[in-house]
Amino acid sequence: MARIQVPCVMGFYDDAHDLLDVTERARTVEKFENLDAYTPYPIHGMEDALGLKRSWVSTAARFALLGGWGLGFLFQTWTSAVDWPINIGGKPFVSWPAWIPVTFEFGVLVAAFTNLLCMFYACDLYPRPKTVVLSKRITNDRMVLVIPTKGEEQEKRAVDFLTANKALKIKIIDGFDKEKQRLIFRAAPVVGEVA
Amino acid sequence: MKLMAQEQLDEKNLLSPSIRMEHVTQDVLAPMGRFPSAPWHIAFGIAQSMILFFLVPVAYQMFIGLGKFGIMNPVGWGVYIVDFVFWVGIGHAGTLISAILFLFRQNWRTAINRSAEAMTIFAVMVAGLFPLVHVGRTWVAYWLVPYPAERMLWVNFRSPLLWDVFAVTTYFTVSLLFWYQGLIPDWATARDRAKNRFFRTLYSILSFGWTGSTRDWNHYERAYRQFAFLATPLVLSVHSIVSFDFAVSLIPGWHTTIFPPYFVAGAVFSGFAMVVTLLVIMRKLYGLEHYITMKHLELMNQVILATSLIVGYSYASEFYIAWYSNHEYEQFQFLDRPFGVYKYCFWTMITCNVIIPQLFWSKKIRTSIPVMFVISIFVNIGMWFERFNIFIISLHDDFLPASWGTYWPTAWDISVTIGSFGVFFTLFLVFSRVFPTLAMAELKATLPSPSNGSRLHAHSESDDHHGVPGEKKQAPALAEVH
Repeated sequence: MARIQVPCVMGFYDDAHDLLDVTERARTVEKFENLDAYTPYPIHGMEDALGLKRSWVSTAARFALLGGWGLGFLFQTWTSAVDWPINIGGKPFVSWPAWIPVTFEFGVLVAAFTNLLCMFYACDLYPRPKTVVLSKRITNDRMVLVIPTKGEEQEKRAVDFLTANKALKIKIIDGFDKEKQRLIFRAAPVVGEVA
Repeated sequence: MKLMAQEQLDEKNLLSPSIRMEHVTQDVLAPMGRFPSAPWHIAFGIAQSMILFFLVPVAYQMFIGLGKFGIMNPVGWGVYIVDFVFWVGIGHAGTLISAILFLFRQNWRTAINRSAEAMTIFAVMVAGLFPLVHVGRTWVAYWLVPYPAERMLWVNFRSPLLWDVFAVTTYFTVSLLFWYQGLIPDWATARDRAKNRFFRTLYSILSFGWTGSTRDWNHYERAYRQFAFLATPLVLSVHSIVSFDFAVSLIPGWHTTIFPPYFVAGAVFSGFAMVVTLLVIMRKLYGLEHYITMKHLELMNQVILATSLIVGYSYASEFYIAWYSNHEYEQFQFLDRPFGVYKYCFWTMITCNVIIPQLFWSKKIRTSIPVMFVISIFVNIGMWFERFNIFIISLHDDFLPASWGTYWPTAWDISVTIGSFGVFFTLFLVFSRVFPTLAMAELKATLPSPSNGSRLHAHSESDDHHGVPGEKKQAPALAEVH
């Protein structure tokens, strides 16, 4: 819930190009802040249009990969040469070339877990029995530009902006009902085809 | 850019332009919400019954011991290991589709990657069963894992068999995580269209509370790409390491440097054949012909043809190297394969893997569903025999004629092999019934936009807007789809 900023104005679109265009202008020309776009699939260029920074998740995974490699290699060295050295076919205790496959696999394993868990953390994902959604159509066929508003003047400006930019539908969210875990919607002028 | 234009063209031909995002949602979610059809029940009944062919011999073996299974001296690795390598190989196509084709921006993967990855996971699960029963005392199979035991002994990290433990478990785990990440937005789609509270709650839990915010997509995409970067070397390493089980030993016919690439190519070959076998049925059963189109099947058949050539080249190269090596035992081994006791196995392999797939040069055959179905089954049979050739023929006649022996699988071995298909098909049928079988979010990203981006009059100048001000950036990838 923390991720959805209320109060806000939502503009519905069904086209990625339109949404990109509108988002870009809402941020750079109209100077709306903390914009977000909710889409059924990742739209390339949307991060730039929203002015988002590159995600840190993959960087974390790469460090984990290096860490996993180091750890895997050291563990094999420790078990085979330090904790209980066994002479196997007269090979050296630290017969490092033989350890490369396990080292590699272990690094990948650690990196994969780090990657996914960091993504869960960054997106605030965890198994929850109820999910608060702005609209059920976001995961189906609608893309929504969300403009957080402070005060009536800004709200009117946001509605006008979305109207001028031919949003299929405009909705206003007033707040969040904590007890019912529900968003509180308010009627907004309906523009264009209602879908 | 020219290449990109070509790609767009192909992509446009792949799916009908009339498909909209809501169609994808409806068509993919429909099988999850209705009672399964009669063909599904029949298939499920058969598959489940086939599991008995696996369970009964394995349970019997727990009492009697491994002797029931035809393995002997010198052939200590029988059908169990053949099945293990066969099933691990089947899995490889899924990761190739989900990771390698992703990195190469092959958008046609979006329609097939979900089911192919599911196939990977199930195939690796089935594969994992074989070493577990093959160790004989399955109840102490956990000794394979390095843990601080009361015996204070560690595992031998110099052994290729231990590398296998790490390779296969890592492969399974990473495939599962990668697959689940792809599923999250689709569970959210299912959640938002759930008809009752039970499913709404279930899908909400499974979707981890996904909302579709771009802030989340930003992380999601990074993580997804990182997974692809991790899975690509991983998938190549897994069958390479499996081949080390053989290549690192000194047996003639095993001790060759060509094994890792040869095994990987064979794995992709058999994996794609299995994908074709499954998808031909699945698209029909669930009415997904609009999404898994003939073009998809044709592209997969082309991959089968290409990998068939690689595999055929590898066979030829093995023979050439055996001759060139001037190594008596190696040369004998490669005469023994086509002309020895197991000659029928060898020629089955050549026929199924090298000769029959050549039919795919013809576009007519490549695009005929019954023919490709039959060929894909031949390829799977051929790949099973390839492993049989490599493992059993190499072992049965090695160095000393005094220790030669002939191995034939017993009825128990054959039963376990049939049963493994039962396990696999049961899992896949359950998947196709309760999971979103197509990656909806990814598929939607490749659809043409409904209004063609012309609703806003300002669109014509939109290309100059994107990106950081002051820095002239290329138009976003999606704009190029049109």
